[in-house]
Amino acid sequence: MLEPTSQGASSAPCAAAAVTHARFPGLARRLPWLVLALLAAFPLLAPAFGLEYYVGFVRRVLIVAIAATSLNFILGYGGMAALGHAGFIGVGAYTVVALVEAGFSSAWLAWGSAALVAGLAAAAIGAVSLRTRGVYFIMITLAFAQMLYYLAVSLRTWGGDDGYGLYTPLELGAWLDGAHAQVFYWVVLAIAAAVFALFSRVAHSRYGHALRGIRDNEMRMVALGYPVYGLKLAGFVAAGAVAGLAGGLLASHNAFVSPSIMHWTQSALLLVMVMLGGAGRRWGAPLGVALWLTLEEVLKLYTDYWHWPLGLLLLLVVFHAPQGVAALLERRGGREGAR
Amino acid sequence: MNAPLLRCRGLEAGYGASRVLFGLDFDIRAGEVVALLGRNGMGKSTTIRSIVGGLRPQRGEIVFDGRPIHAERADAIARLGVAIVPEGRQCFPNLTVHEHLVAFAARRNGVAEPWTPARLYALFPRLAERAGHLGNQLSGGEQQMLAIARALSTNPRLLILDEATEGLAPVIREEIWRCLALLKAQGQTTLVVDKYVDKLLALADRNLILERGRIAWQGSSAELDARRELWGRYLGV
Repeated sequence: MLEPTSQGASSAPCAAAAVTHARFPGLARRLPWLVLALLAAFPLLAPAFGLEYYVGFVRRVLIVAIAATSLNFILGYGGMAALGHAGFIGVGAYTVVALVEAGFSSAWLAWGSAALVAGLAAAAIGAVSLRTRGVYFIMITLAFAQMLYYLAVSLRTWGGDDGYGLYTPLELGAWLDGAHAQVFYWVVLAIAAAVFALFSRVAHSRYGHALRGIRDNEMRMVALGYPVYGLKLAGFVAAGAVAGLAGGLLASHNAFVSPSIMHWTQSALLLVMVMLGGAGRRWGAPLGVALWLTLEEVLKLYTDYWHWPLGLLLLLVVFHAPQGVAALLERRGGREGAR
Repeated sequence: MNAPLLRCRGLEAGYGASRVLFGLDFDIRAGEVVALLGRNGMGKSTTIRSIVGGLRPQRGEIVFDGRPIHAERADAIARLGVAIVPEGRQCFPNLTVHEHLVAFAARRNGVAEPWTPARLYALFPRLAERAGHLGNQLSGGEQQMLAIARALSTNPRLLILDEATEGLAPVIREEIWRCLALLKAQGQTTLVVDKYVDKLLALADRNLILERGRIAWQGSSAELDARRELWGRYLGV
């Protein structure tokens, strides 16, 4: 799974970089495209199997996977264990609310602004938080997210604790509006694929190498001449902006926004999903989100106490696949060391 | 005579109330290999830490290429062209050998022939064989080669090696000494700390002996070779 790097990509030693011997290299290369094709076809196939309800469910999985992918980027590659990522999702969602309240109806404007405003919030919060490390970083990001949560609770104009309903869907523009009931699904899928591809690419670029170096040994990176603080802040802002975009999409998906979207438990849940899938693994975030939300959905059918089996399953994963399900699958697939 | 690449004057440094260096004065000229010698606890590592910005000197000045660096941050000093191969190697466990070599190869530092991965693999052929292996999948000797290659990939004008052959098998040590000799032939300015005095004599142009935070003696390798009484008095050999 090693990708060529910007320098020396074609050099002979890079060929030796194939320490990751895939048993089925062709399948491994095509699998992402196969998954993408299946996901794209799902809204068309679902009615034939009576699974219309699950089109909305998969859309939610995709949106949460966007947020989790951004968290995986800073947590898994950058070693920044942020416990306030849901705060940026909330900032994105409330940006959509603010624009709708102001009379704007363009989805692209709303989602773009959601990413921009969340990115600005991440820049301000990151500028302070990234001066701390370890448990202090966890606590300060949690504190900022809770400040945002209580700010949303106190904003009566936007529904306060009761939340805000988005009764009219945002306009996608041109032929996209009303062309098909599932257009929003495909738009979300396209955005999720683009975000995933972008983060995968960046994670294996020179910047990604530097970020992993910072995670492993920050002082050594300083001694090698890297502006560590600036590099971490850039990653934090990018992740915050993408989480904000996910928040904007989630607002459209739910047609409702409430402060609970940015409660600290949501941040913790995102962390759990990333860890479950495999922090620092390319497929970790989407796998973790899909696994968690699917199990939650299935277990709810059988018991009201679905947290119990889900908790037990999490324990099993922690003991048998401490590096996440993605790492387990990579080992089974004979691709040791793939990241 | 040209101005020195590195100039230390009245360098005093320590940890809290504990003073380790007491007014060091020395120069390193471009293209020179200088050995820093002394028993454990005499201030060799503190001197190096002061140069690379890991420790703020309490007094004195350090000038690199005409620019004072004693108050600069470590990353700024590294960007000026000072690279260190640290004691303990400190390779990144989750980067492959190849990623180590491309991740840090951005600056040329005015070097006419910058270090590319291909040149580094030619210097350390063993690394080419291990290009796809992670930093923690290498032997101690390979990690040491990688630490040197990583430092070189930043195209340093001053390369500092802190106990680069510590704990290595004799055959790997020879490989490291061979590479350092090759770097010297290419004009690489180097400050080296090591306990193998006989090897240093063959490599270094000048030697500085530290004794309790002061330079007790300095001179050429030929002079040090001729004065064996210094070895026993200051180096415990």
